[in-house]
Amino acid sequence: MASLVLLDVGKPTEVEATIDVSGVWINSADVEAALGWELKPEGLCRDAICIPVEGRPGLMSDGRMNLEGLADLLGRPLAHSPEEGVAYMGPPLDLFNQTIRTLEAPDFTLPDLEGQLHSLSEHRGSKVLLVAWASW
Amino acid sequence: MVITVATDRADDARSWIERANPTHPTLIDEHHRLGELYNMVNVPTVVWIDETGRITRPNDVAFTTEKGGRYANVSTDEQMALLRGWVRGSLPPPSDDDVRKKVTPLSEESSLARAHFGLGWWLHREGRFGAAEHQFSIGGELAPDDFMVRRGTMPLRGSDPFGPEFVEMVTDWLGRGHTYYLPLPVE
Repeated sequence: MASLVLLDVGKPTEVEATIDVSGVWINSADVEAALGWELKPEGLCRDAICIPVEGRPGLMSDGRMNLEGLADLLGRPLAHSPEEGVAYMGPPLDLFNQTIRTLEAPDFTLPDLEGQLHSLSEHRGSKVLLVAWASW
Repeated sequence: MVITVATDRADDARSWIERANPTHPTLIDEHHRLGELYNMVNVPTVVWIDETGRITRPNDVAFTTEKGGRYANVSTDEQMALLRGWVRGSLPPPSDDDVRKKVTPLSEESSLARAHFGLGWWLHREGRFGAAEHQFSIGGELAPDDFMVRRGTMPLRGSDPFGPEFVEMVTDWLGRGHTYYLPLPVE
């Protein structure tokens, strides 16, 4: 058993992981703690959505979930560094596809230089010119 | 309302922001959340969002000076005239299909490259610089058109984003028939 830091789009949760020839395995309880998805009889569920887990070879074993299989199930990219004991799961690909379908500008909350948080949604009611720039 | 977001560490963006002394929100996005949410691959990138929160002009390249515009082969004057027309309400709103045609689809490679950037960023903050460098390299190879990863990580790696490494990178990129900036048509 090893410790793994699972980053959910940057939010870290330390989980217990088993590593064998078939990959990295984490407990379903840790999946819920790290990613917010709960394993139920009908599948892996969050809010009103349940994704069936039966019929997916290699995904489940003795109550544990294969990390790569889990990322694939959720449609999320996974970057894993076994030697560093950390994995990063990015947002679902379908999230951007949803943006294209709805054309609703994704909300975000970011700090200014003083650390005060600002959200795009605060400016609903005004036209917004969103400008991404960098010192590089 | 203008909202500027520096896809930078706060300390890298600070002097620029203080010199500009802006009156609009100036935000810091060191984790490149906008890259993930809006599929941004370079800077500057501008997005027009209307009063209802709808995207009316997706990711575009825009500069405020003609010199900058020349980098992207666009007329800054024409872009600013278009922007003023939108702000003042004299432009007809584009149809959803017209907006969607201008959106660059997200590829699996780009999405995975950003995951490797995210992992590298976390490792860098933890002081594991060698491991971070490895993740940044993987990201750059997966999505060579994503300069938020390839160039945006240079300050983290101690490399000058305007120095020889970048010049070599962009020369190679252009030499393979690509363009560095892909502005939308001014219409």
